[in-house]
Amino acid sequence: MANSYDAMWEKLNLDLDAHSGLLEVLGKFYGDIHASQQGRLRGMEYLDFVLSEVHGLRIKELQEAKAAGRIVVGTFCVFVPEEIVLAAGGIQVGLCAGAEIGNEQAEKVLPRNTCALIKSFVGFKLARLCPYIESCDLIVGETTCDGKKKAYEIFSDYSPVHVMEIPQMKKASDRVLWKSEVLGFKNKVEEMTGKKITAQSLKDAIHLVNGRRLVLQRLNRLRAAVPVPISGRDALLINQISFYDDPVRFTAKIGELCDELAERVKAGEGVVPKGTRRLMLSGCPMAVPNWKLPYVIESSGAVIVGEESCIGTRNTRDLVKETGTTVEEMVEALVDRYMRIDCACFTPNTERLENVVDMARELKVDGVIHYGLSFCQPYAIEAFKVEKALGKAGISMLSIETDYSMEDVEQLKTRVEAFVEMTS
Amino acid sequence: MFDKDMVAGIDIGSRSIELVVLNSGGVVRREKLPTTFDPLGQCRKLVEGLEGVRVVATGYGRKLFAESFPGLNVSAITEIQAYALGVKFLHPEAGTVLDIGGQDTKVISLSGSGKVVKFEMNDRCAAGTGKFLEFMAVALQVPIETFGEFALRSERRVQISSMCAVFAESEATSLMARGERAENIAMGLHAAIISRTIAMLRRVGASPPLVFAGGVAHNPCAVRLLEEQLGQPVSVPENPDMVGAIGAALYGRNGSIQ
Repeated sequence: MANSYDAMWEKLNLDLDAHSGLLEVLGKFYGDIHASQQGRLRGMEYLDFVLSEVHGLRIKELQEAKAAGRIVVGTFCVFVPEEIVLAAGGIQVGLCAGAEIGNEQAEKVLPRNTCALIKSFVGFKLARLCPYIESCDLIVGETTCDGKKKAYEIFSDYSPVHVMEIPQMKKASDRVLWKSEVLGFKNKVEEMTGKKITAQSLKDAIHLVNGRRLVLQRLNRLRAAVPVPISGRDALLINQISFYDDPVRFTAKIGELCDELAERVKAGEGVVPKGTRRLMLSGCPMAVPNWKLPYVIESSGAVIVGEESCIGTRNTRDLVKETGTTVEEMVEALVDRYMRIDCACFTPNTERLENVVDMARELKVDGVIHYGLSFCQPYAIEAFKVEKALGKAGISMLSIETDYSMEDVEQLKTRVEAFVEMTS
Repeated sequence: MFDKDMVAGIDIGSRSIELVVLNSGGVVRREKLPTTFDPLGQCRKLVEGLEGVRVVATGYGRKLFAESFPGLNVSAITEIQAYALGVKFLHPEAGTVLDIGGQDTKVISLSGSGKVVKFEMNDRCAAGTGKFLEFMAVALQVPIETFGEFALRSERRVQISSMCAVFAESEATSLMARGERAENIAMGLHAAIISRTIAMLRRVGASPPLVFAGGVAHNPCAVRLLEEQLGQPVSVPENPDMVGAIGAALYGRNGSIQ
């Protein structure tokens, strides 16, 4: 079946041999980590399908959309306002950077001690293995950390890149900066699409993206039930897929899945045995197919009930106010909403500490696992503050620092199991 | 031989495998074998005659062991839990446990009742563990068993700044090339791993008394440096490398963590 896409992949200039190897590994990995779970929801078939076609059907859709004159914008960060792209008739995809791919090529242009996520997106590009990157008319970078900031300079040698400056504080002057960045992005997108964003198109786009956030919020409320009705791995996968599937289809399908979950919750059915410890993840994002730590955790007598992460609540917690009627008012609403993101790139970032503690309490977790990618300084330093804040609330935290390689899985298992024993 | 109160604990580590068998009266058997390249074969030798006895496995090989001996009544706990239980049994007053083994260093903070409150473990790299000392003992051509005494014969402590075994070896080599005495270099190597350990202890809080277990606790230089730098006495159990196996057996006896 995959072969039917060969012509498309060849046109996108992918390295076909290496790419088929990647799909094979990904398929096996998915089978071991996701498809083998017991008691999965019927609604997960949609996700199985989306993932099995991750480089196939969805790419075909993107190519068709491009042929019809739409642009595709790729991003690596939840700060890039998708509403702007959609309002101008474009498509935005969150690019994956969750696999150890093209490391050798990436290390030719990046220092070795660069975080796995950055190495991964540069590696995917240089190894010609990501049909999403190759489908993009524009890659939007941002200045959330020094590593990414400098890596986009390198990336721009290979792809068209637009970098948005993310403020590092939340003062009035920072909001002014952010607003000018949003407007600059709007101009850039309008220029590329040749379409002016109108009050109606922006209103529709805001409503669409809010709708996706709302369905993910609903998912999070449902999975908070005791007993837990869905595994953390599946919930993470849903969040991961929200970044690249069509937003209308995604929202409808996850809505159906939530209906099924609601029935399960009503019937008091869970996916894990009684006594399984409820843990929450907090920290760095886990991009597709980075399922390593969730798999370790859920094979150690625990279940993940929430992700305080960009691929998790940081992306879905806040909605854009829908009261605006003019483009100007709606841009203000967008600026406000995106300024509320509690990324560790901000100083101070006390909102995040409050959000982590509130979330841990609401989810009635037995503990929190803080996940930091090696060499991610903002989250590594904030981990100490998170641990202190949780400690005050009487909640234990385990701090894990790792990357995408498998060499430390045994050590991680020991630490996670010991943490689970400790919270028992 | 078959006492219904009999339980066994087996600690399958990277360097050695220890077995402890308890009955209601206390330890009835205590054995140790090197792990080798065939840990299961070594385990098989150790558990001979234990059919029907509850066995609790710990250490890196715990899962493999549990899967490989379906005939035995096996469960598994982590080394963190095993060391906490073992130390609490041998030294009920303990506030903190330090375990330096073959490839891991662990620091465990205990509550008054002996529950694990917090722990730290080194990451994937074996810097600062028994493996580091072993590697360096080979480089200096001193048997690992006497490496600590050898280091204690130093006249001064040379600074070794690298914690990576490979870099530290080249550092040691260049010191030797400059005519530095092997004993002084050995002392510098010990000091390097102890200062790293102290940093881990500080992160966990390390309320005294500290009990030092694991294979490296046999090393008198490591113990002396720890006491010096912490400014407090350090207790070492009689058989420090057996603590994990004892803890595992105790878990089997009590059937729970507490």
